[in-house]
Amino acid sequence: MAFAPINKNYHDFFVVRDKEACINCQVCVRQCSYGVHYWDEARQCVRHDNTKCIGCHRCEALCPTQALLIQEKPSTFKPNALWRPVFIKNIYKQADSGGVLLAGMGSPVDIPVYWDKMLLDASQVTNPSIDPLREPMELRTFLGAKPNALQFEQTDQGPKVKTEMKPNIKLNTPIMFSAMSFGSINFNLHVAMARAATELGTFYNTGEGGLHHSLYQYGANTIVQVASGRFGVHRDYLNAGGAIEIKIGQGAKPGIGGHLPGEKINAKVSETRMVPLGSDAISPAPHHDIYSIEDLHQLIFALKEASAYRVPVSVKIAAVHNVAAIASGIVRAGADIVTIDGVRGGTGAAPAMIRDNVGIPIELALASVDQRLRDEGIRNQASIVAAGGTRCSADVVKAIALGADAVYIATAALLSVGCTLCARCYTGKCPWGIATNDPYLAKRQNPDIAAKKMVNLVRAWSHEIEEMLGGMGLNSIESLRGNRDKLRAVGLNSVELDTLGVKAAGR
Amino acid sequence: MKKIYPNKEVCIGCHLCEVACVTAHSKTKDTILAHNVEKAQEGLAPRRNVAQDGPICVALSCRHCEEPMCVAACISGALTKNPETGRCEYNEEQCVGCWSCLMACPFGSIRRHPFKEKIVKCDMCAGRDTPACVEACPNAGLVFEDRGKD
Repeated sequence: MAFAPINKNYHDFFVVRDKEACINCQVCVRQCSYGVHYWDEARQCVRHDNTKCIGCHRCEALCPTQALLIQEKPSTFKPNALWRPVFIKNIYKQADSGGVLLAGMGSPVDIPVYWDKMLLDASQVTNPSIDPLREPMELRTFLGAKPNALQFEQTDQGPKVKTEMKPNIKLNTPIMFSAMSFGSINFNLHVAMARAATELGTFYNTGEGGLHHSLYQYGANTIVQVASGRFGVHRDYLNAGGAIEIKIGQGAKPGIGGHLPGEKINAKVSETRMVPLGSDAISPAPHHDIYSIEDLHQLIFALKEASAYRVPVSVKIAAVHNVAAIASGIVRAGADIVTIDGVRGGTGAAPAMIRDNVGIPIELALASVDQRLRDEGIRNQASIVAAGGTRCSADVVKAIALGADAVYIATAALLSVGCTLCARCYTGKCPWGIATNDPYLAKRQNPDIAAKKMVNLVRAWSHEIEEMLGGMGLNSIESLRGNRDKLRAVGLNSVELDTLGVKAAGR
Repeated sequence: MKKIYPNKEVCIGCHLCEVACVTAHSKTKDTILAHNVEKAQEGLAPRRNVAQDGPICVALSCRHCEEPMCVAACISGALTKNPETGRCEYNEEQCVGCWSCLMACPFGSIRRHPFKEKIVKCDMCAGRDTPACVEACPNAGLVFEDRGKD
């Protein structure tokens, strides 16, 4: 047996092949983009190399005889409460490579999930619940600044609102598709997302990769993003969307810029991003024209000026320490929407240490931002969008009860099209055809199927939201916003309860 | 009439259509037995094949042409066009293995049987509502629909 470096011996997964069921059809060989399965010419059968398996489960899903099982490698290190296997393996890897450990998707570490510690109310005797199958339920949501007061005037046609309304965007459901750039995910999925958002009457976000001309037709349901790299940002782009978002931070990697490797920059990405073919697209950690709230104010109004004050401008920040004060500044700088992305937000690539150790949970950030804006009397000046790790419709309902106007989903949308959270997005070899621009792999996402699945997911969640609202005796999502009395917490300490502004269960 | 249309834009080259084809045309209708036993013993072969060149792949099979050249070329009358179903049918009994159809087919959709001096050709899964390959395709790379005359 040839010597194998220690790194290779501690791979995470292994393949179990039921030899009686395997028909040597080689579907697994063709589907694995990491070369785990191969045709053994000498033995005339399909074999596999466990050390290469990343646990994406693509082969398992497509095996026509269910002959494959991907398992976590059962060998364990000597138990040690301090030196958990992940730290040991990381050290082996870094001792070999000398490099920063990269990771994709959101953080898998065990940070408390406050959604799971909050429970919803339900009407019983005095205030009856509503049956959403028989009564109309209102999920429509408007994002953008609302006036401080309404003034009316009498006209010949009757009374009319005199107050000038700021631009708002209308969502048929309080769920939007979060920023995923063309480049980090491929064109097929961008098309699918655009179509799904249009069909649902909600919005998707271009991310920092610009907007391909062929997608301008979906502009009314597009939020165009302006990130630090300014990729693909030009006048027509700013005017193509229904809203503009300035990305300051991202939940998965607060304080970190972006890096799309040159291999992912194909002709279409190059054209859309306005970067040379095959060159790395690096977005700096800061916007080099924003070093203060006044600078942000300038950019917000420059973008409003460029888009003739027709669309609301959003500012997206990562949930970090003092997020409430930051959000207050952002609203005062003129943002119409504040998006807060929590610690579990996803990414195509981030240093693993940043992803797993920087930021704070969205639940705490959201509650403190909503409270701060209310205390300052400026809550109506901006909508709040919560992002980062929304797993189900109950999370959406809880987010809205904590003060969000709407939520962004991204990981959930990718899961709906097959993602198995293998977290190797940064390799560009996504076997599910999601985080890859390799033309052979990208074909695995049929835009028609992907759009349908995303629509189904959001429709299903919307129905569930209606059911939960009905149960609480509410017939509109507006009545739930910031209605923390509809939440009760279990197993939280008094500081957490105070931050969330939620009572303990039983009180 | 309904025909099987391949879509090279979304064909992922997995060859699951071939696996399904072999199973559907096996005696046992059991994927494992069809591939591990019948294929070796009786030369069971898929009636469609996936052509691939780099990222471009497409699953090809008999197009059941309006005016099939294979039928015109068949000297023994083994290949006939059924005007009612629109299918281009093959009767193995009558086939003499002259390979005229092989040469006549402009799409390369007819193959030699691995063992017998006969041909193998798509029958659009006679007896099934939807051909097995279309049902098995994980990415809608094959669709079974009526597009009128083509």
